[in-house]
Amino acid sequence: MTHLPFIAASYALAVLVPAAFGLSAFQRLRRARRRLAALSGNKARSAGNP
Amino acid sequence: MKDATELRGARRRAWHHFANPGRFLRLASKVQPWLTAFGVVLTAIGLVWGLFFAPADWQQGDAVRIMYIHVPAAWLASAGYLMLALCSAASLVWRHPLADLAAAEIGPIGAGFTALCLATGSLWGKPMWGAWWVWDARLTSVLVLFFLYLGHIALVRAFDDPTRGYRAGAILALLGVVNLPIIKFSVDWWNTLHQPATISFTGAPSMYIGMLWPLLFSALGYACVFAALALAGTRAAVMERRIRALLLAEAMRAEDPSPGAADTLETQVPA
Repeated sequence: MTHLPFIAASYALAVLVPAAFGLSAFQRLRRARRRLAALSGNKARSAGNP
Repeated sequence: MKDATELRGARRRAWHHFANPGRFLRLASKVQPWLTAFGVVLTAIGLVWGLFFAPADWQQGDAVRIMYIHVPAAWLASAGYLMLALCSAASLVWRHPLADLAAAEIGPIGAGFTALCLATGSLWGKPMWGAWWVWDARLTSVLVLFFLYLGHIALVRAFDDPTRGYRAGAILALLGVVNLPIIKFSVDWWNTLHQPATISFTGAPSMYIGMLWPLLFSALGYACVFAALALAGTRAAVMERRIRALLLAEAMRAEDPSPGAADTLETQVPA
């Protein structure tokens, strides 16, 4: 295969860039979901114990 | 006349139907996994096909395989900016409550794909043109697009009041739309080193079919990935806004424990 280093670098970027965004979005979603669940739990507890 | 009024009313109701954050979250949580799966599978097929099975170019050799990344990234850089501008218009004109959040989430993803386009273009240009970069009209206008994305990202986060940041970002996004036709037609208007378009909506593609198919798979896959990332980001942003409202309500309740003191704040952002 000709120009292998250029092709390999391009394909590495093609995988790494979307994967980095995907990982970051997944972690952000998971953190937000947990935080929201915890806060909703607090709210329910405070409503039950005035 | 009555029909036209009813039609306008129905359109407005449909437009605002998904403005409800709770409804958006429910729909997005169903659509996003499918978009992600389609995106990953189609991109993998397109890239593997392009890397191992598509023919090499008679002139460029195997370097042409960079096309299966560079071209979809370039299309998505422009399409993403168009989406950013549409969200900005929806925010400025109709005050659509999710448009600001969607625009803020599209910005970094669009910048990432523009950076991918520029980097792969550079990696393709070095062996073919003998230079990593030339101040060609196409390359320069895509670099301007990248700076527009960076400007939007910085502007929406530059104010203490997020609404002011969203407004300023929306105006920048709409002004930047003028760059999109410049990118598209730069290869026709100026004598550039970059080759003219080989695929258009109106004419037959001037590309061998064995190269066109993997390119289309890769482009469709990346488009699904882009949409899935934007949806995931917007979902997270909606949840984070809800978290801020709940925290503020808790703080207000701690200050003023009388019933109903913080209820209005909580209901401003429905779950």
